[in-house]
Amino acid sequence: MERRTFLKTGGVFVVGVALGDWPLPAVAQSLPNADRFLGKSLDPKQVDAFLAIHADNTVTMFTGKVDLGTGARIALPQMVAEELDVPLARITMIEGDTALTPDQARTAGSYGIARGGMQLRHAAATARRALLDLAAQKLGRPVEDLEVVDGVIGVKGGGASVRYGDLVGDKTLGLAVDPKAPLKASSRYRCIGQSLPRPDIPAKVTGHHRYVQDIKVPGMLHARVIHPPTVGGTLRAVDEASVAAIPGVRVVRVESLVAVVSEREWDVVRAASRLKTEWTAGTPLPDHATLFDAMKTSAVVRQQEIAKKGDLAALSAPGARTLSATYRWPVQSHASMGPSCAVADVRADRATIWSSTQGPHQYQAVFARILGVPPQQVRVIYKEGSGTYGQAGAEDAACEAMLLSKALGRPVRVQWMRQDEHGWDPKGPPQLLELRAAVDGAGAVAAWETRAWLPAATANLPNVPLLAPDAAKIAQPQGRSTGLIHQNVDPPYTFPNMHALVHWIADAPLRTSAIRAPGKIANTFAVESFTDEIAAVAGVDPLEFRLKHLTNARGLEVLRAVGARIGWQPRPSPQRIDPAAAVLKGRGLAYVHYKHDETIVAMAMEVEVQRATGRIRVTRVVCAQDCGLMINPDSVRSQVEGNILQTLSRALHEETVFDRQRVTSVDWASYPILTFPEAPALDIVVIQRLDEPPLGAGEAASAPVPAALGNAVFDATGVRLRDVPFRPERLKAALAATRS
Amino acid sequence: MATLQLQVNGTTRTVQVDDPDTPLLYVLRNDLDLPGTRFGCGLAQCGACTVHVDGRATRSCNVTVSAVQGRAITTIEALGTPDKPDPLQAAFIAEAAAQCGYCTSGIVMTARALLNRTPRPSEAEVREALEGNLCRCGSHARVIRAVMRAAGGR
Repeated sequence: MERRTFLKTGGVFVVGVALGDWPLPAVAQSLPNADRFLGKSLDPKQVDAFLAIHADNTVTMFTGKVDLGTGARIALPQMVAEELDVPLARITMIEGDTALTPDQARTAGSYGIARGGMQLRHAAATARRALLDLAAQKLGRPVEDLEVVDGVIGVKGGGASVRYGDLVGDKTLGLAVDPKAPLKASSRYRCIGQSLPRPDIPAKVTGHHRYVQDIKVPGMLHARVIHPPTVGGTLRAVDEASVAAIPGVRVVRVESLVAVVSEREWDVVRAASRLKTEWTAGTPLPDHATLFDAMKTSAVVRQQEIAKKGDLAALSAPGARTLSATYRWPVQSHASMGPSCAVADVRADRATIWSSTQGPHQYQAVFARILGVPPQQVRVIYKEGSGTYGQAGAEDAACEAMLLSKALGRPVRVQWMRQDEHGWDPKGPPQLLELRAAVDGAGAVAAWETRAWLPAATANLPNVPLLAPDAAKIAQPQGRSTGLIHQNVDPPYTFPNMHALVHWIADAPLRTSAIRAPGKIANTFAVESFTDEIAAVAGVDPLEFRLKHLTNARGLEVLRAVGARIGWQPRPSPQRIDPAAAVLKGRGLAYVHYKHDETIVAMAMEVEVQRATGRIRVTRVVCAQDCGLMINPDSVRSQVEGNILQTLSRALHEETVFDRQRVTSVDWASYPILTFPEAPALDIVVIQRLDEPPLGAGEAASAPVPAALGNAVFDATGVRLRDVPFRPERLKAALAATRS
Repeated sequence: MATLQLQVNGTTRTVQVDDPDTPLLYVLRNDLDLPGTRFGCGLAQCGACTVHVDGRATRSCNVTVSAVQGRAITTIEALGTPDKPDPLQAAFIAEAAAQCGYCTSGIVMTARALLNRTPRPSEAEVREALEGNLCRCGSHARVIRAVMRAAGGR
């Protein structure tokens, strides 16, 4: 799309943004003419890896970070435009292409801006300083006399000038990135901090955006992979005659990797459901009903002390008021809206893979290893897919496409079906937390203990083990990947005696991977619910209790902001419960300092509980977030909204269910998610910190959601929910128990 | 191989299918080069593939191509373009009402059908109309605002 038309679109319809000054950047996951840059530097120590300045005074920026619908395509160019002093409209961004962009690590952990963006800023600051030096020589004036306006370096107060493009003229800069190159002072920001509109939205709302699902390559075959009916099953026999009636369909088999392929997509969909296959029994899954008991008795690989302060003597002191509670977080699916898809074209001397992977560089190495070729022969090109919020099936589909393309000698498109995505995406692991506390006579916490049972990740595992290599009997590193699921098991409060211990356990069902805010959601659910339990026992207002036990000034500020915004009336929970009321109303609160050193979020919500059914309706959510410097506040806000609504969905509805053979929650009926009628009103406060580093917005606001929700339900009903999901039947039973 | 004539976005299109039960979705995406209609579940559960058939929001994964011969099929591509979005799409742009955007085509088509039928819906009517459209990114609040904005601006 042309920039000019983008500008017009945005200018007419976007309210509250002065677009006249801010034409949007061109955006490309892979531009049609991007291959002219092939052979450029990919070394993240070099400015040329990130930036190319062209003779026409335009700039191309290259980033290994990718946009997942998160706003990176506007925020990253904003950072470069700011630091280089060039207009945004003259910047084109190329993302996630292993042949063109430097490896900036997987887009994960909320580090897209905080790390990836800062690398780009340093590269731009290095370039700007070098360009000023060049201009000083050319113009015969000291650098101090010069200024940059829109990519033109001129003498302050008027006189001679020279354009960046004239100084560089499409040549490379040959500069090492100087991480100490001075960054622009916040007082001079023109672009950073502006809620500029995302360039991908007009195409997305008109159906013009192209996803990985839309890629077509000449000669491409459609494929459907038949996954085994049992986890770990291997293929014993395949009856090709069972699909012979569908013309043009071929069966491809590499050991237990079996697929049907055809020029026509519907034919492979039909064939996949008709193909008769026989499989071995596989490896039995644990009993879903007793999963958490099994976690408790699983072999402990190692114990890890997360925090240790003082001692826990108060827990066993005679006459102490003690509390204990167990919190359980189920296995969950990434449950991506669009099932995974990839296109691969494997030739004798090179392979090209189009994938929505969040780690194109990571998987370049993985795919090369699986193909047995040097990484340079594999090009992974990121093409946006449906959001996955961690690692779902994208890399699996890509690897399947790759191996099928290799077997067939033609480009192959693998598209998973719904049951493949829900059934076979690597899952968010289950978590079990037991908490104990002692409360003294004055209502103070004399001791706190967290003990967590979490599936152990395998040290130095380079990637989530993929389905296709195992099926095709190609060796790959084996083990478990989870993300850093132990963070935030310890409370952020100034309790004098506090221990937090993780039991890393050997056994957990199903393949796992990082799912948004890995582990932190369940851990914060336990810690912040239990904090609420303590406040209730002490008879203290939950907001007051937190304010009293927190020293972090920025934490206090978000808590107070949320209290003010929701109109928090100080009183202990639960509210006085009217035994005759059909609908019970309550409010709850939670707080997180994400990973204890990143983004800070406070959240309050109001709920209504239907006593007869146990149905929870969230009516309002108020959230205050401090994520340091915000490059694009509206994109931050959008991330906060997404975190809240997605995690409400996970807390209210979501649980992956399996029998002894397979996952059985394989569609949207058996794995329901939040619907439009359920979406609450959102009121979000984002605090801009122009002089602080950016801390990340992609995950943190998800962490306090389940606790705020559970605390609100407790306030409304007096029932404490400690098992996710908070399905109606669960709450209904608990409500009934309180009456009898 | 059967030859079928379809009325798509105001034009007569001829397609050849070897199975008359091919879902409309695959014909739109692969034979008519209209990939704006998305494949989400193939089970009529998520709404990502929503198009209009004779003005009614319809799941294109769940209706066969032979069943829609002679009926007016409208896809997201007929509403507007990035340069010239229709007023509802313009409202989505104004509210930045998409993250990954994979569900957006279906949501826009469902909401368009609602506004064609009920130009000034209440917020509750908007929510109810969108009950069958799932969104994973959590853009619900912005989507509802966008539809209300479009309704108010008509």
